[in-house]
Amino acid sequence: MNARRGIAGPVRLGLAPSRVTRWIILGLVAVVFAIPLLSLLEFSLRDGFTGTYTLDHWIGLFDPENARPYRQLFQAIGNSFVLAAVTVGIVLIVLLPTMLLVHMSFPKLRRVLEFICIIPITVPAIVLVVGLAPVYSIVVKIFGSGTWTLAFAYGILVLPYAYRAIQSNLDGVPVVTLSEAARSLGAGWPTVVWSVLLPNLRRGVLAAAFITVAVVLGEFTLASLLNRRNLQTAILQISSSDPWISAILALIALAFAFLLLLLIGRLGTVGNRNRS
Amino acid sequence: MTDTQALRTAAWPTEPVASLEITPATVELDGVVKVYSGHRALDGISLKLEPGEFVALLGPSGCGKTTALRALAGLEAVDGGSIRIDGDDVSGLPTNKRDIGMVFQAYSLFPHMTVLENVEFGLRMRKVDKAERRVRAQEALDLVGLGERGERFAHQLSGGQQQRVALARALVTRPRVLLLDEPLSALDAKVRVQLREQIRRIQTELGITTLFVTHDQEEALAVADRVAVMREGRIEQIGTPEELYVTPATPFVADFVGLSNRVPGTLKAGTITAAGTTFALLGEAQPDGPVLAYVRPEDVVLAAGKTAKGLDATVVASSFLGSLRRTTVRLDDGTLLSVQHEVSVQPAPGDTVRVGFRGNPVSAVPAP
Repeated sequence: MNARRGIAGPVRLGLAPSRVTRWIILGLVAVVFAIPLLSLLEFSLRDGFTGTYTLDHWIGLFDPENARPYRQLFQAIGNSFVLAAVTVGIVLIVLLPTMLLVHMSFPKLRRVLEFICIIPITVPAIVLVVGLAPVYSIVVKIFGSGTWTLAFAYGILVLPYAYRAIQSNLDGVPVVTLSEAARSLGAGWPTVVWSVLLPNLRRGVLAAAFITVAVVLGEFTLASLLNRRNLQTAILQISSSDPWISAILALIALAFAFLLLLLIGRLGTVGNRNRS
Repeated sequence: MTDTQALRTAAWPTEPVASLEITPATVELDGVVKVYSGHRALDGISLKLEPGEFVALLGPSGCGKTTALRALAGLEAVDGGSIRIDGDDVSGLPTNKRDIGMVFQAYSLFPHMTVLENVEFGLRMRKVDKAERRVRAQEALDLVGLGERGERFAHQLSGGQQQRVALARALVTRPRVLLLDEPLSALDAKVRVQLREQIRRIQTELGITTLFVTHDQEEALAVADRVAVMREGRIEQIGTPEELYVTPATPFVADFVGLSNRVPGTLKAGTITAAGTTFALLGEAQPDGPVLAYVRPEDVVLAAGKTAKGLDATVVASSFLGSLRRTTVRLDDGTLLSVQHEVSVQPAPGDTVRVGFRGNPVSAVPAP
């Protein structure tokens, strides 16, 4: 066919960009992301008075002598970690069993669950807050006004990401067959879930947990509008008095989130390597 | 490694394993009903398996055979009837309390466990101590010829090997009943035949009561003591493979089990006259009138040349099947017949031949 058309080699359909084009696109994207981050880093290393570069701001953050002025900041960081832990707990205790149940016993409800889980990504944060404000007046009555209660809202906020991470793993594991095989061998449901299903869903569950932590540590709008203090609101607050510290914290938070995302990616490749 | 290579390299033992002694159980399904959204997947089926018996449930897709097996396993709740194992009604018992061993159609080894850990799983659930678990699991693996592969993971095994491990895993707990849900359907043809023979040999050695679901009639006839042919949630006929093949009780069984030619004829007083030959009618008496007689290809005789005795026919196609040849011919009245004959006779499409009938009894259905 090629010879008839006078084409010597294999036909390029032109669907995929060439190697050079791919590197150019990657380079451009990297520059777009790197410029603000490098600017932030450069700013955090600059002395406010002389304009020279110094590590004083970075060292000062971890200096025990500064513990008092930064007390509220560290408290906010602690709040964010507590929020991340509680939100991960909500994902594992509420979302994961629900997804397993739907996958194994009510497959017709899968689309409904997927739709519900995607809703938070389509609703603007401000609209979510307007809806959550009256709910939180009840939450406060039951659980008090502790910052950790924000995890209930975050549990909704992370649904799209956590759902996708777990579902992609669920789709690749013959959950029904494995659970039936385990039951036929004498295992009760708790054993089926703990000893058979969870080890095979580890990648999805860990990815969901990590992405939940990343989302919670970066969340600002809900905390700010519901008057709770977390890492992001603290960074904003401190930026007016100490912009270098807020820049450093923003960088650390981004690096941490980047590390988590790297771990999620690594989990995927580890799984693939084991399979091969 | 392909399945076939794996079968060549893995030694299959011939001696039964002493620790896998099993007390065979009686299994009874009595008027079992299962309804899915108004559709009766099981329409009151009754079936009894004697201790140590190997029974195959055979039928087309959607006939309810897998549902029946899953009901026995406790994986489907039944809407009526009772299921008894050794006289105990297990209808209300969850799967994990029924003391069954099951091999599934899909590969079902736990991917995160080694082969040995997979086989030990059932023993772990029964709280057997670790040392005994190891010994028994190893013996079960030896039984299926995979004793050397205990440290491998499922993805490092071929499909046939995975199913053999699944068989070892199902047997190691010495269950009262072994349930096989189309365990060979995902394997290639050669491995299927070898594995089904191995399953049958192990079943005979252990004497375990076994229910085997398949849609492959050759498989069912080859391994089972008795075969139950199912249709639309009911058991159409149950009997030995020979009974089903030689004396099918209904046209459906005649049509489903083995190949049959439908030859138009006339029934009168229990005798069918079709294509110039008379046949005795099998099964229940039918009213006289036009019928379609079910004649097996091996009951049709092919003779080359115009001078031979029989009906004139033209060869449409001919296939070499190894030890025999199957030829399709068209009679002058347009009826197509499948003929099974020796490979030494090699008709070509378009050849003129003559066909006759051995005249063995046949089943029939009223002509439409």
